Amino acid sequence: MMAKFFEEMEIGEITELGSHSFTAEDIIAFAQKYDPQPFHLSEEAAAKTHFGRLCASGWHTASAFMKLFVATSIRQREEALQIGKTPARFGPSPGFENLKWIKPVFAGDTLSYQWVTTSTTESRSRPEWGLVHFDVLARNQDDILAFSFKGTVFVERRKALAAPTSSI
Amino acid sequence: MPDTLYFEDFETDQKFDLDSLVVSKEDIIEFASEFDPQPFHLDEEAGKTSLLGGLAASGWHTGGLVMRLLAQGLLNRSTCQGSPGVSRLKWMHPVFPNDTLFAEAVVLEKRELRSKPGLGLVTVRVNAHNQNGNQVLLWENAILFRKRENG
Repeated sequence: MMAKFFEEMEIGEITELGSHSFTAEDIIAFAQKYDPQPFHLSEEAAAKTHFGRLCASGWHTASAFMKLFVATSIRQREEALQIGKTPARFGPSPGFENLKWIKPVFAGDTLSYQWVTTSTTESRSRPEWGLVHFDVLARNQDDILAFSFKGTVFVERRKALAAPTSSI
Repeated sequence: MPDTLYFEDFETDQKFDLDSLVVSKEDIIEFASEFDPQPFHLDEEAGKTSLLGGLAASGWHTGGLVMRLLAQGLLNRSTCQGSPGVSRLKWMHPVFPNDTLFAEAVVLEKRELRSKPGLGLVTVRVNAHNQNGNQVLLWENAILFRKRENG
């Protein structure tokens, strides 16, 4: 999926992005910088909240998706180059919707992340790029869905969209 | 306003001015190296030729930085018990090295939870602007707070 140009994206294609383990040390280090709430900073403080145990910031869970996504995309680019194909470039993302922290991610948990391509839309303002819409699903070691969102990203087109003509 | 904010203390349209912070080039590269090592988040030249127009922070980094402002400026003086998610987030403008981010949170709605009588849900819109007044990000998310009275 990841080395494909906008025109070649297949709706429904699933890509396994790999897994990420959340250690207590990593959870605390991330939270100190980006989400310093008690239940992300220590077991003792977390025990007094409805989480009950130290758990990862939801932004950490999301950032781990990005880490796996970029690693997968680099790997797939290299594979494309090896067989003489030109890999497409990714651009930035305008945002996401429906991001759900379904289950807490506790210290010691491992999440496996999956990408599903759901639709594509053309970009009139950026004719060399198109928008690809996707779902991300992450399951924990008990195969329970813990995290999901609906994302969008710019992907390079193989052929730039024709400029609109002046007559109609 | 009380020292610790409970569910009952939030009202629709209430606005919380959060603090501000400066984003350094080192911070941008450090976050990107760990979580989002795309060229336009790591390198000035690669940034210039990208859609972002210059070395710019990962959107997840910007989200985390604004989350820090929300935690320090509001949630850590409340009975916050986490959040079920973010209904939408828009990255509206790139965040470049040495930008200052200013954030605010506005209460959109609040509701009781039948399944969790001790908790209530408050939905906020979080806005972040840079030093030039450009909005860089908005998100909407529901946050759980403890109630003073258990339903």
